Amino acid sequence: MSPGALTIAGVEFSSRLFVGTGKFSSGDVMRRSLEASGTQLVTVALGRVRTGGESDDIIGHLDCARYRLLPNTSGTRTAREAVLAAELAREALETHWLKLEIHPDPKYLMPDPVETLLATEMLVKRGFIVLPYVHADPVLCKRLEEAGAAAVMPLGSPIGSNLGLESRVFLEIIIAQSRVPVVVDAGLGAPSHAAAALEMGADAVLVNTAIAAAEDPVAMAGAFRLGVEAGRAAREAGAAGHAGAREPAHAVATSPLTSFLGEAPP
Amino acid sequence: MSFVELWRRHDFAAVARRIASKTPADVRRALGRARGSVDLEDFAALLSPAAGPFLEEMAQAAHQRTVERFGRTMRLFAPLYLSNACANVCTYCGFSAHNRIRRKVLTEAEILAEARVLRSHGFDSVLLVTGETARVGRDYLSNALRALRPHFSGLWIEVQPLAVDDYAALAADGVSAVLVYQETYDPGAYSRHHLSGPKADIEWRLGTPDRLGAAGVKRIGLGALFGLSDWRADAWFTGLHLRHVETVHWRTRTAVSFPRLRPHEGTDIPVTPFGERDLVQAACAFRLLSPEAELSLSTRESEAFRNRAFRLGFTSMSAGSRTNPGGYASEPESLEQFAVDDSRTPAQVAEFLRSQGYQPVWKDWDPTYDGFDGRARGAARPQALAS
Repeated sequence: MSPGALTIAGVEFSSRLFVGTGKFSSGDVMRRSLEASGTQLVTVALGRVRTGGESDDIIGHLDCARYRLLPNTSGTRTAREAVLAAELAREALETHWLKLEIHPDPKYLMPDPVETLLATEMLVKRGFIVLPYVHADPVLCKRLEEAGAAAVMPLGSPIGSNLGLESRVFLEIIIAQSRVPVVVDAGLGAPSHAAAALEMGADAVLVNTAIAAAEDPVAMAGAFRLGVEAGRAAREAGAAGHAGAREPAHAVATSPLTSFLGEAPP
Repeated sequence: MSFVELWRRHDFAAVARRIASKTPADVRRALGRARGSVDLEDFAALLSPAAGPFLEEMAQAAHQRTVERFGRTMRLFAPLYLSNACANVCTYCGFSAHNRIRRKVLTEAEILAEARVLRSHGFDSVLLVTGETARVGRDYLSNALRALRPHFSGLWIEVQPLAVDDYAALAADGVSAVLVYQETYDPGAYSRHHLSGPKADIEWRLGTPDRLGAAGVKRIGLGALFGLSDWRADAWFTGLHLRHVETVHWRTRTAVSFPRLRPHEGTDIPVTPFGERDLVQAACAFRLLSPEAELSLSTRESEAFRNRAFRLGFTSMSAGSRTNPGGYASEPESLEQFAVDDSRTPAQVAEFLRSQGYQPVWKDWDPTYDGFDGRARGAARPQALAS
């Protein structure tokens, strides 16, 4: 294993920026944006992949030798639907990697925790490498880890909102206790959000809207690449005390607690 | 990864050197961490000699964390020694198999006699202790738990390491927590001090918390016997073990104890120095590493020390302890496992705590919630549910 690399299900990634392929204005802009991002893992909405074996416009623009594909089940509303979609994706894209995404609610696209856990259990048994997209719920993430998820993908804020790390306090708990990689997914609106996620200890981030909907998606993809690299480098460098702490270092109270012990030995 | 595999990846001497190399800047950084974000490198700094001058700051922070999480409360419990029979030869223990003492395994009637005395002192939580022999295996413990279940809410045990299905059976019999102290994580010192018997197998003991977690035991207690080897490295490995339990067996609550070597019947052995100041440093470092672990202050410590140190991260204390089987009722004069240095009665300890603005807690759970019958002496039932 190379130092500093991220490993998911035995596969190494030197880039910690995963990119979604939706919402781009053209296949060409998407292709150049992915190139500028330095990413090695891209998500593909199943709805946009033809299952009959013909080449789709999205897949046609993806250099599949360069990027590992991560089909997602976006659009499914139940575990049953997600498992069916996953089987079709495995056949069409010849990968057993899967971003499990179940949102029955079409307004906010909030992931359904009950169906997601059920689907993870079923898909792991069927041999899939499952990366579930979930709310930033620490207990759910531990349950998914036990169910065999290869990574967990908690949200930073509602999908497409560009609000950043609104779920920060829960992400910190998830990162502290997770035994599988944590990929912050959804809601990251700026490279500084991505940098903050990596500084906090997230293993990677997944970005789509903030790149695809930027005025210059290619330049923004490059900026996210730098943000992720800066955040990871800062994490490895070790922050000085108080960085990111929301509470002040407390002052020493006037009545000492340890004076009964006498002076420290020389 | 099992804890045994994790332990094999860390060389004890290298850990000791890493702790020794920590600087005041490392300690300051560790003290600046937000609640719950102290990692094992910070923990090494807090255990290091460099942290010595920061002890007051560590104590203030540990006290604050403890009050935030637990309030000003102190859980009181008593050890109940069921047996001093033991197949192990250990250099530091009064019950070592080579010691020519009278061996005793309490009968059910004797256990209940002890229970009556402890109940009359106000205890509702006891820690059952035995040595390691087949006589005090799963069946014996099951019987003891079933006999004591009607009399106490909290039934903790500190007994020989068992297999997963044994622990699952004891959990079904109502065990509240299982403590298993590693004694030392230093393989060299471990073999020097555990000369023969089942305890000589270090990996079987190291794997015990993983077996407890697999069996679904609700609380797991860890600890090192400070004085057997480099205490800072032993404390760090205990922290590594704690973090492992917290992340792998994440439904399980945890507890850490801080036993240190005391005089006993048997041979004199070389003891690595571990003073009161060191004990305070270790306890504060654990509180900063884990805001939620129960930290226990032993009756092995002196009254004067306990009266000042109880605020420094601790959440439970034993009181009025006897460390010999039958010590409370039938045989108060028989040989103790180790000497106790705080001879106050439980009532005196409770009164002292109240005088300091702390609430003594005798009961913090009820076995009826686990499906057991209420306590024999008319346990309070939630009236609102009945009406």
